[in-house]
Amino acid sequence: MISPEIEMRDPLQGNQPVIERTRSISREWRAFWKNPLARFGIGGLAFLILFSFVGPIFYHASAYQPNLLNTLHPPSAKFPLGTDSLGRDYLARMMLGGQLSLEVGFAAAFMTTMIGVIYGLISGLLGGSIDALLMRLVDIFIAIPSLFLLLFVDSVFKPNALLLIVIIASLSWFGVARLVRSEVLSLKRRDYVEAARALGANNWRIMIQHLLPNVMGVVIVNATFQVADAILTVAALSFLGLGLPPPTPNWGEMLSDSMSYMFQNAWWLIYPPGLAILLVELSVNFIGDALRQAFDPRLRKR
Amino acid sequence: MLKYILRRVLQAIPSLLGITVIGFFLVHIVPGGPAQAMLGPRATPLRIAQVDREFGLNKPIPVQYVEWLGQLLHGNLGTSYFYNETVWHLIMVNMPRTLSIVGLGILIAHVLSILLGSIQAYYHDTKFDYAMTSLTYFFYSMPIFWLGIMIIMLFSISLGWFPSGGLSNPLNPNPGFGSWLAHTTLPVLTIVLTTVAGWGRYMRTAMSENLIQDYVRTARAKGIRESVVVLKHALRNSVLPLITLLGFSLPNLFSGALLVEVIFNYPGMGLLFWDAANQRDYPVILGIVVITGFLTIIGNLLADLLYGIVDPRIQYN
Repeated sequence: MISPEIEMRDPLQGNQPVIERTRSISREWRAFWKNPLARFGIGGLAFLILFSFVGPIFYHASAYQPNLLNTLHPPSAKFPLGTDSLGRDYLARMMLGGQLSLEVGFAAAFMTTMIGVIYGLISGLLGGSIDALLMRLVDIFIAIPSLFLLLFVDSVFKPNALLLIVIIASLSWFGVARLVRSEVLSLKRRDYVEAARALGANNWRIMIQHLLPNVMGVVIVNATFQVADAILTVAALSFLGLGLPPPTPNWGEMLSDSMSYMFQNAWWLIYPPGLAILLVELSVNFIGDALRQAFDPRLRKR
Repeated sequence: MLKYILRRVLQAIPSLLGITVIGFFLVHIVPGGPAQAMLGPRATPLRIAQVDREFGLNKPIPVQYVEWLGQLLHGNLGTSYFYNETVWHLIMVNMPRTLSIVGLGILIAHVLSILLGSIQAYYHDTKFDYAMTSLTYFFYSMPIFWLGIMIIMLFSISLGWFPSGGLSNPLNPNPGFGSWLAHTTLPVLTIVLTTVAGWGRYMRTAMSENLIQDYVRTARAKGIRESVVVLKHALRNSVLPLITLLGFSLPNLFSGALLVEVIFNYPGMGLLFWDAANQRDYPVILGIVVITGFLTIIGNLLADLLYGIVDPRIQYN
């Protein structure tokens, strides 16, 4: 298989002296901060985190209390974002829903990355038939549309937040593993790895001391996109009526509920969760692209 | 070349087998089991044992797998627990519908992203480029299910141009091509918008990388017309990786199609799978997982072979 990642790699990178690493990392972070994409992304994400986690401290309405006198109430002074079909305050539900969506998204992305990095490191470093076998397994899992597997496993286990994180992570790490493994394959031929091996370092030491720090750039960029994917996955599963059990709201479930009132033009139910998910995705993708531009010297030049 | 094709086909066989193993074990190790799912929570143990015997579910799982695989090789995927139909029949009815929206989506998305990406790369850092980059970011980040809702709200509810879902009008006994077109337009539009957003960005990068290559400068220096330089030299080389990208994107496209089918209530494989997952219709779940996995692997294989045909630089040794 001809993978696009391999062709994108910079042929000059191999000649870079390793000593420069610490200096170039700070230069990369400076390039990141200067990028307007990064600023917008961080700003958007910070806004949503503040909205979801700090918002409820200042806005006291209950997200659960039904109010049958005020169902499907449009936004007003009393209900800034209106009420849903049970008369629950929509702004409070948006805040609470954001907490769950963000927590699960970030945790799942973190776990996905961990599993993928460990698997990719082992596969790439050991090489040979073990590598072939491990990667074949990854190929097979990648071939099955992930949403189908997630949907099935989710419908069987009816998970809580913690189990959902585990399920998403255990069905999403294949791409990360492939990426890390291809990085390791090119890194392990470098002189400093040969030198470490000649000095008697074992596989474990080479992996932790020499390979892990050098794949971190690629991994961090990829982890950012994993966050976007995981938040989208949680939302998609909740949208399909799975994901997390009620009554705790989350944006995907709120969006799918709002679809029933589409024809009654209950626009205040449809736009907030959709826009919130869109803003998270945009912010995280911006941060990911800014990181990529900062860490890939070839992209920075332009 | 023939040898290469043969080798790639042989290499695909373990993957196909692997999909059956993963699919089968995933479905059969779940708690509760199919009999429980079929009979509901209040089933007596006696009745469960009876159903288990009836469907051969009391045998060891590896034995069940081998038997199931034998049936699969005969084209038999079992019978649905809920619809009085074979799984094969259900898939044969629903799959062409999914493939038609996904296939149309891929086709249109390819054309549009090649056009958009090339124009953006050629006129890079202009207002048009910035506007299109923002737009592709926007659609790339938009969840496909929200995009679907927005499209329904605009084109079905506000403008009333297209039906909001389904495959045909139940009041119309003879739906013709017009009806089909009306019902597939919005699902395809949803798939196209999200796909172009991803591929267009990729195409722009590939094209702008090629436009600064030495061979493009050489071609210009030779005095070749600009349109030939761009369309024949740079574009051809930039389109090549899209073929590989298509192979990679297939599973995602199927996942996206599932959501689109649920939003538009479009009766394809995705909707069938969603219903099956909600009802614990294990043979259907397993059948769809295996068939979509097969399709992806075959799609990847075709993409690889196509790449070899289109790009004469690829050597088969």
